[in-house]
Amino acid sequence: MTRYAIDVHGLAKRFGDRQVVSGLDLRVPEGEICGFLGGNGSGKTTTIRMLCGLLTPDAGGGTCLGLDVIKQSAEIRLQVGYMTQRFSFYGELTVKENLDFVARLYQLPNRGKVVADMLERMGLADRAEQFARNLSGGWKQRMALAACVLHRPKLLLLDEPTAGVDAKARREFWDLINDMAAEGMTVLVSTHYMDEAERCKRIVYLSGGRLIVQGTAEDVVRDAALVVFDLTGEGIDKVSKRLRGAPGIESATIFGRALRVVGLDRDAMRASLATIATEPGIVTEEVPARLDDVFIHLLQEPTA
Amino acid sequence: MSGFSFNRFLAVLHKETLEMRRDKATIGLTVMLPLIQLFLFGYALNANPRHLPTGVLTGEESRYSRDLEAALRNTGYFDLRRFASEAEADTALARGDVLFVLNIPAGFTRDVDNGRKPAILMDADATDPTAIAQASAAVNALNATVLQRDLPVPLQNQTGGAPFQIIVHSRYNPEAITAINVVPGLIGVIVSFSTLVITALTMTREREAGTMENLLSMPVRPLEVMFGKILPYVGLGYVQVFLILAVSVAVFGVPVHGSIPLLLAVLGLFIACNLALGFTFSTIARTQMQAQQLAQFALLPSMMLSGFIYPFAGMPLWARAIGEVLPLTHIIRIARGILLKGNGFAEIAGDVWPMAVFAVAATGVAVWSYRETLD
Ligand SMILES: Nc1ncnc2c1ncn2[C@@H]1O[C@H](COP(=O)(O)OP(=O)(O)OP(=O)(O)O)[C@@H](O)[C@H]1O
Ligand SMILES: [Mg+2]
Repeated sequence: MTRYAIDVHGLAKRFGDRQVVSGLDLRVPEGEICGFLGGNGSGKTTTIRMLCGLLTPDAGGGTCLGLDVIKQSAEIRLQVGYMTQRFSFYGELTVKENLDFVARLYQLPNRGKVVADMLERMGLADRAEQFARNLSGGWKQRMALAACVLHRPKLLLLDEPTAGVDAKARREFWDLINDMAAEGMTVLVSTHYMDEAERCKRIVYLSGGRLIVQGTAEDVVRDAALVVFDLTGEGIDKVSKRLRGAPGIESATIFGRALRVVGLDRDAMRASLATIATEPGIVTEEVPARLDDVFIHLLQEPTA
Repeated sequence: MSGFSFNRFLAVLHKETLEMRRDKATIGLTVMLPLIQLFLFGYALNANPRHLPTGVLTGEESRYSRDLEAALRNTGYFDLRRFASEAEADTALARGDVLFVLNIPAGFTRDVDNGRKPAILMDADATDPTAIAQASAAVNALNATVLQRDLPVPLQNQTGGAPFQIIVHSRYNPEAITAINVVPGLIGVIVSFSTLVITALTMTREREAGTMENLLSMPVRPLEVMFGKILPYVGLGYVQVFLILAVSVAVFGVPVHGSIPLLLAVLGLFIACNLALGFTFSTIARTQMQAQQLAQFALLPSMMLSGFIYPFAGMPLWARAIGEVLPLTHIIRIARGILLKGNGFAEIAGDVWPMAVFAVAATGVAVWSYRETLD
């Protein structure tokens, strides 16, 4: 039987008269990396906060690491590492002092060594004595990650850990996340980056506070059943404008030298392309859908 | 998760101390503000005003009366003007045109010469006791020598005391609170200003900086956070107390008749009251701005109703009832009692327990209003 690190059902949360999360069921097997996706304001942060007991759900419930999310949130906190979306450490403390503070709150034995090892592992050793407020964005994120894995949590909740981080650092970041998953940690990571979503074993997509898609990247792409055409050649920029709004065509976006046309109804799309994309130099080719096509498609769909 | 953990409390304490130490602006303010306030209030109150308008009524025109007037002028405290009638002088005193009225009775010369030691009445407007305190003292120092030169020979070297007396009669405010009475009160006022405002900001600062979310996601209990955050400021409060006491004694000549350790111990309780209240505001307020306003909302009535500005006994019953709840009221009484009257614990106990009750209640409310979630 699969054991679930996160197993919640029917979670709901409203702020004032805004229903921010509703009827959310989520199951993440132990040891998995789960990508948490959704547009801005779709309720990702709110859901994560409910999972670690920072917000009390209005309805629903379930378990995190086998502990009740409502009644045992104090115990959950001991075993969960939560990296907030907004940098939330003390700017007037050095990197080392911040980690030391965290280590003391978790009452970790052998604190000095644990902190030193973590600084080393995250490549923060050179910056240990720097004030946190003076770190660049990427290094701040790295420090935050270091702080939330210090106590070797069983479940890691990362809220957009790589926002504003450069490509190289992002890759290193993900290598770290993978290493930790390999050590048995379960990771729920929210992101807006497609390449990151593709690195996840499972992805969950949230829209308007509801979970609308979940599964592996391949499942998600297959289930969306999108039809994608790539148009190349002279005149695609003019064609793109005319294609928008044509029957069957959901989006027509230029990526570099190609015009990517996405829709659901292959026949209608072919018909539209045949009548609109008539420039002689244009070559049309059907290609497999990618994850980002699916997400843009989902973002455009009116909220269920 | 267990109850109170001393180690986690120490962790919060250490972190808060580091932050406090590095916040140079706040440190500077907490040291400078009390000094500035003390000098401002202290000097404004302890000012030694001269050339106070003084009315003179004389029942006779004599060498003695002229000697006396000249002597008063020479003290530098009095600017004299004559009044023709008692009614006129009374009106001037009531309107504040003059602060003193000197009444030299008819037959003064005759009574002095006969050795009857006549009394001269000096009415003083005591609504501003600090203004007249020094002047009144100067008057009392006068009478022994003023007339010496002009006295008849048999009276000149008499040892039976001054040939006449000036009785200063305080009108309007017979209690005549003096400047020395104000500075001990200032200790309480200044300490509550800084400690209340600073703690009111501690939690809201965490909330605004976003660090609250992280703090809450870690296993730390409300009491640990509260004590850990408050204790560094108790230290800061004591630094202020020492500064104020030192300056009060050295510069303003406030006497120390009682036990300083006792005063310090009781001030600890007073600081605790303020910090717990500040912490409560801090958990209620969403922003630092709101927290500051709450703190001011508490400080103003404290100043008004504690007996610091208006004499406590002169307030209506309801105001006194509120005043009795405020820690400031009690600490002002205690500080005055210990410093000026040399009171010991037995005398101040009646003002200690209301503060203790307040401290416990405020701590309870603070812990109760501390939320372990972001809801
Ligand atoms: N404490 C709160 N009070 C009121 N509204 C809130 C609160 N927290 C979140 N919201 C609202 O709930 C909605 C969902 O917010 P949430 O932060 O969960 O979105 P998100 O998916 O994390 O978005 P993003 O990708 O921009 O981080 C937003 O519209 C937000 O304005
Ligand atoms: Mg978010």
